[in-house]
Amino acid sequence: MEAIILQILNGLDKGSAYALIALGLTLIFGTLGVVNFAHGALFMIGAFCAVTLSRILTLSHTVIDDTKTDFLGQPLKVEVPYVYDMFGQATGEAIIDWAVPLSLLFAIPVMVGLGVLMERGLIKHFYKRPHADQILVTFGLAIVLQEIIKYFYGANPIPTPAPDAFRGSFDFGAALGFDPNLIIYPYWRIIYFAFATVVIGGVFAFLQFTTFGMVVRAGMADRETVQLLGINIDRRFTLMFGLAAAVAGLAGVMYTPINSPNYHMGMDFLVLSFVVVVVGGMGSLPGAVLAGFLLGILESFASMGVVLNILPGINQIIIYLVAIVILLTRPRGLMGRKGVMED
Amino acid sequence: MTKTDVTRRGVIRSGAVAGAGLAVPTIFTAQSAAAFTNEPTGGTVTLGFNVPQTGPYADEGADELRAYELAVEHLNGGGDGGMLNTFSSKALQGNGILGKKVEYVTGDTQTKSDAARASAKSMIEKDGAIMITGGSSSGVAVAVQALCQEAGVIFMAGLTHSNDTTGKDKKANGFRHFFNSYMSGAALAPILAANYGKDRRAYHLTADYNWGYTTEEAVRTSTEAMGWETVNAVKTPLTQTDFSSYIAPVLQSGADVLVLNHYGGNMVNSLTNAVQFGLRDKQVNGKNFEIVVPLYSRLMAKGAGANVKGIYGSTNWHWTLQDEGSKAFVKSFGTKYGFPPSQAAHTCYVQALLYADAVTRANSFNPCAVAEALEGFQFDGMGNGPTLYRAADHQCFKDVLVVKGKENPTSEFDLLEIVEITPVGQVTYDPSIFGGNLGTCNPGA
Repeated sequence: MEAIILQILNGLDKGSAYALIALGLTLIFGTLGVVNFAHGALFMIGAFCAVTLSRILTLSHTVIDDTKTDFLGQPLKVEVPYVYDMFGQATGEAIIDWAVPLSLLFAIPVMVGLGVLMERGLIKHFYKRPHADQILVTFGLAIVLQEIIKYFYGANPIPTPAPDAFRGSFDFGAALGFDPNLIIYPYWRIIYFAFATVVIGGVFAFLQFTTFGMVVRAGMADRETVQLLGINIDRRFTLMFGLAAAVAGLAGVMYTPINSPNYHMGMDFLVLSFVVVVVGGMGSLPGAVLAGFLLGILESFASMGVVLNILPGINQIIIYLVAIVILLTRPRGLMGRKGVMED
Repeated sequence: MTKTDVTRRGVIRSGAVAGAGLAVPTIFTAQSAAAFTNEPTGGTVTLGFNVPQTGPYADEGADELRAYELAVEHLNGGGDGGMLNTFSSKALQGNGILGKKVEYVTGDTQTKSDAARASAKSMIEKDGAIMITGGSSSGVAVAVQALCQEAGVIFMAGLTHSNDTTGKDKKANGFRHFFNSYMSGAALAPILAANYGKDRRAYHLTADYNWGYTTEEAVRTSTEAMGWETVNAVKTPLTQTDFSSYIAPVLQSGADVLVLNHYGGNMVNSLTNAVQFGLRDKQVNGKNFEIVVPLYSRLMAKGAGANVKGIYGSTNWHWTLQDEGSKAFVKSFGTKYGFPPSQAAHTCYVQALLYADAVTRANSFNPCAVAEALEGFQFDGMGNGPTLYRAADHQCFKDVLVVKGKENPTSEFDLLEIVEITPVGQVTYDPSIFGGNLGTCNPGA
C-alpha cells in the first residue's frame, strides 16, 4: 500500500512537468496549427532564467583576503556579492536563497517576449507550409537555442537549489497513520505539483472566463469566421504563443531545484511531451493535462521493483506502449477533436 | 626506309612491362619508408586528441584538451615544464619527441562510440596522427581502442573506468592510466566499513550500461566481503533524468545505504534527488542512512553542488595532493588557465607524457616498440606515487584516492577532500579475472 501511494505521488509530480509542457504544446498546435519542436527548448530556457537571475543576484566584487591563499599560493580573492553591500549580508543571503521563486517574476516577461519574437520572427512564415517543414524548422531552432545556452553556461549541470525553507521532505506515512519514513516526499516536489495545478487552472480559467479567451477559443474552432467578424485573430494567437512559452518557461524555472539544469534538458522532455499531446489528443487542452498525469503515474508504477522483476525494461517503454494502444483504439487520442491532424 | 609495326597490343604489353619495371623500386621504397602506420618523416609528429567537444561531457573534454595543449607545450620546451621536471624518467628533453616538434589535431567523440571512431579514423587517415588519446567514456574507449588496434597506432585512453577497457576488451595497442571499477570497490569498501560499520544493507541504483555493471559488481563484491548485505540492485536507464521513482522505494526496502553507480548527469541528478528525498536525514535499522558514489569527478561534484557534502567516493587524482608531481602540474595548469585541473585533465596530460617518453626510450615511433617500452614500465613523479604499467593487461597500478564531499568548501573547485590514499597493493588484482586477450601488437602499414 505504501509503495502504491508513493508511486502515485511520484506520478503526479512527474505528470506535472509533462502536463505543463504538453499544455503549451497543444495550445500552440490548437491555435496556430504549428507542431512546435522547440517547445522543450523553451522549458530549458525557463530553467536558465532561474540560473541567470541567480547569477545576477550573486554578481560580486573581489576582496583580497591576505590571511588565506588560493590553490597557487596567492592571496585569496574572495567574491562578495553586491546584494550584500546593498542590503546587508543577512538580507542579501536571503535574497540569493530565494532566487528560484524570484525567477518566476523574471521569467514571465522574458518568456512571453521570446515566444512572441519566435512566432513573429520565424514561425509565422511556416503557417502554410507542411507539418514536416514546421517540425524541421522548430527542431533546428531548438538545437540553435540549446547550443547558445551551452556556449554561455557550459555543458555541465548547474545546481540551483530551492530556498532553505523548502528543503527536506514531508512524511506522508506518519500523517496517514503508517510507519514513519515509509512515505516521504520532498517539499519542493509537492510545491511543484501545487504550482502546476495553479498554472493549469489559471490557463483554463483565462480561456474559459475572459473575453480574450473566448475569442481565442472561437478562433481555434473557426479561424476564418472570427476574422470575418473583424477580429485580428493573428495578434491574439501570437499572444497565445507567448503565453504557451511562458507556461513552459515557468515549468522550467520551478524544475531547477528538482534536477540541476543543463542545456540538454529540453530535449529530454520534448519527445515525452509529444507523446503526451498525441495520447491526449492533438489540440485538446484537457487531453494534454489528463494524459500528462496519466502517463506520469504509469511511468512511476513501471519503475517499481516488483514490476521490473516481472517485466524487465518495461519502465523504458511503458509510455510508448500505452501510446500505441491508445492510438490503435482511439486514433484521435483520449480527448482529440474530430478533423484535427486528419487531413 | 625501315618500317616499324606499332600495334595496339604491343603498346599495352610494352607499357605494362615498363610500368612494372618502374613500380618495383617504388614498392620497395614505399615499404621501407612506411614500416608502420603514419611513420613521421619530416620535422614534426602529429598526435590525435579525441575528446568530447560537444554533448554532455563537453566540459570534461575541454579540460582534457587544455591538458593536452599544456603537455604539447611542455614537450616542445615551452612553459615551465610541468611534470617533466618531476617525472622519474629523464628521457624527455623538451625538444619535442625524438627531436620532432609535436603538433596535434583534435576530434570530437561526442561521447558516442560511432562518432568517436569516425573522428579517430579521420585523424589517423587524413591527418597522419601517430597516436590517439582522450575520451570520457568507457564505451568510447573500447571502441576507439579496437579501431587503433586495427589501424596500427597506439591508443592512450583518457577517462575510462570500466574494468572491460583493460579486461575483456583489452588490446595490445591500448594503454590505460586511469583506475577502474575494481580498484574503486577495493579502495572504498574498507573505508565504508570503518565509517559505517560492517552490518549494513545496501541498495544499488546502477546505470544500465557496461560501466554501471562493472562498478556495481566491484562495489558489491568488495562490500559483501566486508559483511554488507545487498538488499536490491536496480538498473536505471542511461537517459533517465528524474530518479524519484527509483529513489522513493529505497527506504521501504529496509536498506540503510544507497549506492549510486552513476556518472555524469546521471550522478548529478540521482544524488540531487536522493538528497531531496531527505534520505540522509533518516535513521534506518538504528543507523544513519548513508549514500555512496563510487566514482567521483570534481566537475560532476560541482553540478551536484552542496548535495555531495559528506558523501564518500573514489577518484583517480585530486589537485590538492601535495606530492611534487601534482604540485608542478597544478602550478602549470593553474597559471595557464586560472583554475586547478580536473582528474580527467591529469590523466590525459600524464598519458601524453608517458607516450612521448616511451617513444624516446624506444628510440622509435613504431607502435610495437612503444608498446614494449610501456609494458612493465615503472615510474614516479606523475602525481600518483610509484606506478606500474602492467604488461599483462596494459593497466596502470598506483595508489587510489578515497574522497568525501567537503563540508565547508572554500571555492567552487574545493569540493572534495581526500580521506585516504589507498596503497596500490590493496587494489592490485590478478589480470586473468576479467578475461580478454591482449593479442599481438599491430604496427599497421
